[in-house]
Amino acid sequence: MIKVSGIAASAGIAIAKAFILEHPDYSVEKRQINDVITEIAKFDTALGKSKAELEAIKEHTLQELGEKKAEIFASHLLILNDPELINPVKIKIESELVNAEFALNETASQFIEMFENMKSAYLQERAADMRDVTKRVLNHLLGIESTNPSDISEEVIVLAEDLTPSDTAQLNRNYVKGFATNIGGRTSHSAIMARSLEIPAVVGTKNILIQAKHGDLIIVDGLNGHVVVNPSDEVVAEYRSKQKQYDVQRAEWRKLRDQPTITMDGVHVELAANIGTPNDITGVLENGGEGVGLYRTEFLYMGRDKLPSEDIQYNAYKTVLEKMEGKPVVVRTLDIGGDKELPYLSLPKEMNPFLGFRAIRLCLDRKDIFRTQLRALLRASIYGNLRIMFPMIATLGEFREAKAILLEEKDKLITEGVTVSDSIQLGIMVEIPSTAVMADQFAKEVDFFSIGTNDLIQYTMAADRMNENVSYLYQPYNPAILRLIKMVIDAAHREGRWVGMCGEMAGDETAIPLLIGLGLDEFSMSATSILPARSQITKLSRAKMQQVAAQALELQTAEEVVELVQGGLIYLWL
Amino acid sequence: MITMQQNFKITDEDGIHARPATALVNTASKFIGAESFAEANGKKVTLKSILGVLSLGLAQGDIISIIVEGEGAAEALQALTDVMVNEGLGEVHD
Repeated sequence: MIKVSGIAASAGIAIAKAFILEHPDYSVEKRQINDVITEIAKFDTALGKSKAELEAIKEHTLQELGEKKAEIFASHLLILNDPELINPVKIKIESELVNAEFALNETASQFIEMFENMKSAYLQERAADMRDVTKRVLNHLLGIESTNPSDISEEVIVLAEDLTPSDTAQLNRNYVKGFATNIGGRTSHSAIMARSLEIPAVVGTKNILIQAKHGDLIIVDGLNGHVVVNPSDEVVAEYRSKQKQYDVQRAEWRKLRDQPTITMDGVHVELAANIGTPNDITGVLENGGEGVGLYRTEFLYMGRDKLPSEDIQYNAYKTVLEKMEGKPVVVRTLDIGGDKELPYLSLPKEMNPFLGFRAIRLCLDRKDIFRTQLRALLRASIYGNLRIMFPMIATLGEFREAKAILLEEKDKLITEGVTVSDSIQLGIMVEIPSTAVMADQFAKEVDFFSIGTNDLIQYTMAADRMNENVSYLYQPYNPAILRLIKMVIDAAHREGRWVGMCGEMAGDETAIPLLIGLGLDEFSMSATSILPARSQITKLSRAKMQQVAAQALELQTAEEVVELVQGGLIYLWL
Repeated sequence: MITMQQNFKITDEDGIHARPATALVNTASKFIGAESFAEANGKKVTLKSILGVLSLGLAQGDIISIIVEGEGAAEALQALTDVMVNEGLGEVHD
């Protein structure tokens, strides 16, 4: 039994067998062969196995995700039956006396190159299908255990170096009970995704792939950040009982589902959820969310090969607004670029993507993309309580330009005879220090602020949150951050505006008392954090937390702040 | 031997993509006695190959000829025409 520690990224306990998700080495050597018949038979066997796999995946996808998603596998099957691929491979084996994997690789490469050089972006993307199919056959020729996340068909714990957004999008939550990765932190994509899927996860273990192998029994303890490999029966029993306790606690929290979030001294704050797709609304309502504080619209743009049309977007926004039944929904306009790429936009690679051409900067340049999104939002606005928020605003000029475009589109729609809501609040993300510092000026023009702490912290501390060597600088409790937050809240309240927070900090139990004290109005977090947060806030008094926050602002280090909240000074305010 | 031909103008904004190409190839493959081809931009490919069809690199506005030879050519051409039109790929172009 081995115990590995990492960062608790998503709460809960999961016990299942390991599924190693890795991107193996597909490099192929050229070998001379003597026995053509055996080599061709080897190729045919690999083809047969690959097709059988694809049939199974196609069937599985059809059952689980529907016809549309299954179509791609029908195309893959057709490629493996394609004489234009199969015959040249066999001819090559025969005439050049080379090994099957080499012949396949050479032939497939020609098709991959052909697709890559096509004019249409759509057909360029087909190179990925060709690679995928080729890898599937190579798996059998090279004896590699295939590890495609959509192949998973039994209960597993996924172990990986890291999970990309596309890997996580393919994970089937019926089978994937939890995951653990070598790299990443609480705010990495994989961690955020785990919380929205409500599956336990531990990230940043550094060596889980060394410690565990495919099929090992794994316990993921997403409460304490531990992963146990091949536990003894006693340990399994111990964790099963912890799992039960956690379930009991969750049941307690569930009782708070339909309760408002009110402090002991009667102050109401709003607990909202961060979502990525309309499907997440179910989780928001199950967890008693009082609204959506951040709808990350970039997921609409990801996993497809061209920009989503106005109608596709309109339908998504309308669905979210309708399902929330009049509760506020803050939609963040497209925050793409930087580390979140869209292949079909073919944006140039940047040295410094977090400081680069992204979010509102990109939207103000590619106004066609921006206008389409705004039109879709405005059209959907009559179906609920829509609030629009611009990301990465650094200057008032950017906000004014974005707002002007919004108003232009609104006027156009009204001229076209489309009904648009008149009560759409317009706000900005505060995640760039310049904007936090100028909050008093912004507050005169915006309806609300939402503090994006993940970026605000990394920009304030000048520390890439994905870089483990500087992760110690990711300090939400640093008095510098608390002071910036205070500036923003005070500035907003002076102008009668409300302030939300949609970064990870909003759901953090150490930060919550301070944020209550600083006067935060809305807390937006992963849906699963809402009930624990509500349980905590109903036991706090705003007046007392104001004193605690005032003390924290005068402290010198993040550690002192943590000690103040968690440690010995607690008696001062309970 | 009978040879039949029908021209189409591609109307889909993606050109010919994987799903309709799959339908075309599956349909062409059903008619064992007939050989079906697609010709566009000076290139002719068998309709029994999805890679061949995709390799035409068809874009919106391109003209594609579907040519069918052999037994059941008329039926095969009709079935392929149905796929072209029903999948929203293209319209008959004379």
